[in-house]
Amino acid sequence: MTVITKQPANPIAHLTPEDIEAIGHELDAIRQEVLDTRGERDAAYIRKVVDVQRKLELGSRAVLLGSAFAPAWILGTVGLSIAKILENMEIGHNVMHGQWDWMRDPKIHSTTWEWDNASTAEGWKHSHNEVHHTYTNIVGKDNDLGYGIMRVDEDQRWYPMHLGQPLWNFINACFFEYGIAAYDLELGRNLRTPKDKRSPEFTRRARATLKKIRKQATKDYVAHPLLSLPTGSFLPTLAANFTANLVRNLWSHSVIMCGHFPEGVETFEKAAIPERETRGEWYLRQMLGSANISGSKFMHIMTGNLSHQIEHHLFPDLPSNRYAEVAPKVKALFDKYDLNYHEAPLPQQVYSAWHKVVRLSLPNGWLATTNRKNLPSQLKMLYAMATKGPRVRRAAQARLEQQARRLTAEQNSAQAA
Amino acid sequence: MTSPAPVLRPVGNARAGAAPRWSRWRREVGATLTKAAEVLATPLVPADYLDVFAPLRKGADLRARVVAVEPETADAATLVLRPGADWAGHVPGQYIRLGVDVDGVRQWRAYSLTHGPRADGCISVTVKAVPDGVVSPYLVHRLKPGVLVHLEQAAGEFVLPEPGSPRHPARLLCITAGSGITPVIGMLRNLYPSTAAGVVRTARGATYDITVVHLAPSEPDTIFARDLRALADAGVIRLVSRYDDVHGIFDVAQLSDLVPDLAERTTLACGPGGLLDALTDHHAAAGLPLSTEQFRPTTIVPGEGGTVRFSAGGADTTVETDGARSLLDAGEDAGVLMPSGCRMGVCFGCVVPLRSGAVRDLRNGALTTAVPGETGPDGVPIQTCISAAAGACEIAIP
Repeated sequence: MTVITKQPANPIAHLTPEDIEAIGHELDAIRQEVLDTRGERDAAYIRKVVDVQRKLELGSRAVLLGSAFAPAWILGTVGLSIAKILENMEIGHNVMHGQWDWMRDPKIHSTTWEWDNASTAEGWKHSHNEVHHTYTNIVGKDNDLGYGIMRVDEDQRWYPMHLGQPLWNFINACFFEYGIAAYDLELGRNLRTPKDKRSPEFTRRARATLKKIRKQATKDYVAHPLLSLPTGSFLPTLAANFTANLVRNLWSHSVIMCGHFPEGVETFEKAAIPERETRGEWYLRQMLGSANISGSKFMHIMTGNLSHQIEHHLFPDLPSNRYAEVAPKVKALFDKYDLNYHEAPLPQQVYSAWHKVVRLSLPNGWLATTNRKNLPSQLKMLYAMATKGPRVRRAAQARLEQQARRLTAEQNSAQAA
Repeated sequence: MTSPAPVLRPVGNARAGAAPRWSRWRREVGATLTKAAEVLATPLVPADYLDVFAPLRKGADLRARVVAVEPETADAATLVLRPGADWAGHVPGQYIRLGVDVDGVRQWRAYSLTHGPRADGCISVTVKAVPDGVVSPYLVHRLKPGVLVHLEQAAGEFVLPEPGSPRHPARLLCITAGSGITPVIGMLRNLYPSTAAGVVRTARGATYDITVVHLAPSEPDTIFARDLRALADAGVIRLVSRYDDVHGIFDVAQLSDLVPDLAERTTLACGPGGLLDALTDHHAAAGLPLSTEQFRPTTIVPGEGGTVRFSAGGADTTVETDGARSLLDAGEDAGVLMPSGCRMGVCFGCVVPLRSGAVRDLRNGALTTAVPGETGPDGVPIQTCISAAAGACEIAIP
């Protein structure tokens, strides 16, 4: 995919400015309907989820006290993984969005919540709520697109180091909570800044993050294993907690990749966003820049209802339990204005997102022009592009793009025939 | 028991040597266990887990469970509550602030305790449903036994002069209007306990000489009408009831006719602001002692724009703003250092507490009001980037 303004067939070219404002008004009306009916039922929902999560976590940790016994290890690890996922996705992420602030309960409030994750609530609220949700999918402004370490768009120039990005992405998925903490701090940019020029604000936030990581690690890798010592389950408990964190990291990384990364989700060019974007224009960008996951009710809860990513991005402060009922109305609006409501089951979206990661790790056109027959010569060219310097790279790139264009043209004419 | 929680003082010298060592040891073990529990529970606190199983335990935030909701009249009911272990007791006439979730939103209101300390350890408040009210109709008509409510310790100076104080034994005049009867009924029930066999005369009750002037729109509307009449019939109080539909609207000038020995009595009054203002003037002119209590001190009438006070630590900034301008813009233009984020209502990075006043959501016109003493103890958190002043308001900047 390439930024929306550079595509041959712009998917929003048929919309007039009046259409865009009308979309904004219709979405405002959908939001208002939920606000008008928000109440006891919703409050009961989030309290129930918090209650279940805490009981599940305590129960799992209790079972893990005897985790030297293999069935206890399996049961406890599965339970703890689910508890951690619920805590991060359906509770932490959504509470920190202010989805439950209207209850005026200081214990379930965006200003007081701290989550079971390496990144601090403060850092997360800045990088996620403020930067990502405001500048969604604007290349160069939204760090959620590849977390600043990946090539996420055809328009970004290819360098040999990008060959490693499927590996970086996998490592990032395994240790996702630390990846998030690092990009909340804009660690890369700040570490490149000489020490004496770094802002005191960065130093303060880095200290807070390190303190939180230390507390988190002490809990999962020292304190709870020590409780299991009497049954000889120190190491099994440590391993169980590590596994639960790993499972949670892989799961949340997958869900988040599915939200904005599958093929067909639009990205935007910084220069093409108006200085004062209207509410309608902002809504439209959220509509095109997000993708949903279809599935069961359990799946929706485990993703923190981020499976309704489109609805979440349109209305980040509506209670997550209401996205499912809003979705058909939003989908009808997409159909009315002839826009692509991007939705697919989880395996398909995960495959699509990973396919994009692999495709963009290679030079533009390389994957499209490679088949079983020409694989050796293509690999040889790739090796040359990676090792022989910028001039060779540029020449090979031009040839690849030409071949890819010819291939597309042939396919199109074959289809027409 | 009529005194507040007893104060513990060391008794004698005999235990002075042993007790501190034992208690210091216990304190240290307790502190170590607490620390260990915190390490295990992070990023939550141990209380978050304990609350799931024992919300009324010692050390928890003060809460109470609703035991019963007993109808008093068609639109008033007495709530019997079992308070958590840390409830410190109360003196009749004091009030509590009660936090309840109405339609999912936590609302705080103050109510007088209508009993003295009860043998069963419960406390009770009597609530009259205010037409168009948010909280009182919920408490009277919808609240069910078993629900958990939030609570603050009893407070209020509106209590009977204690035995031993210079004004005791006391000749009192209690003037109550409508639900203003509730703190007074609490005092009377404590002085003159009512049983199946009738009103019990206690030695302490005999030291008081009380006249009650009770005002209400009509007789059937009167909460505790039966209780008042029973006390008057038993001869322990003198009761003067004035009903608007029978006697016309009450005028404070009638007081000296209704209560001939007015000059010898100390007046306790509880009711709406208008009545209390009139009484304050009347008693000040006559040089008579008066103690008053009002639960709805201020009514917020939303307007367009207004005077906004930003209080940040000791430094206050006051700004005049219109109804179309966000509080964030208004504050920043006046040089207030305010938290901010997306500036479009999405990120919740600008949330600060509204201490008092009303604000309007610029997106859909929804109003949010904060009344000190009524809404939450720390104000109502609002998003300043999409809120405009709807009348005078005060905002705290952390």
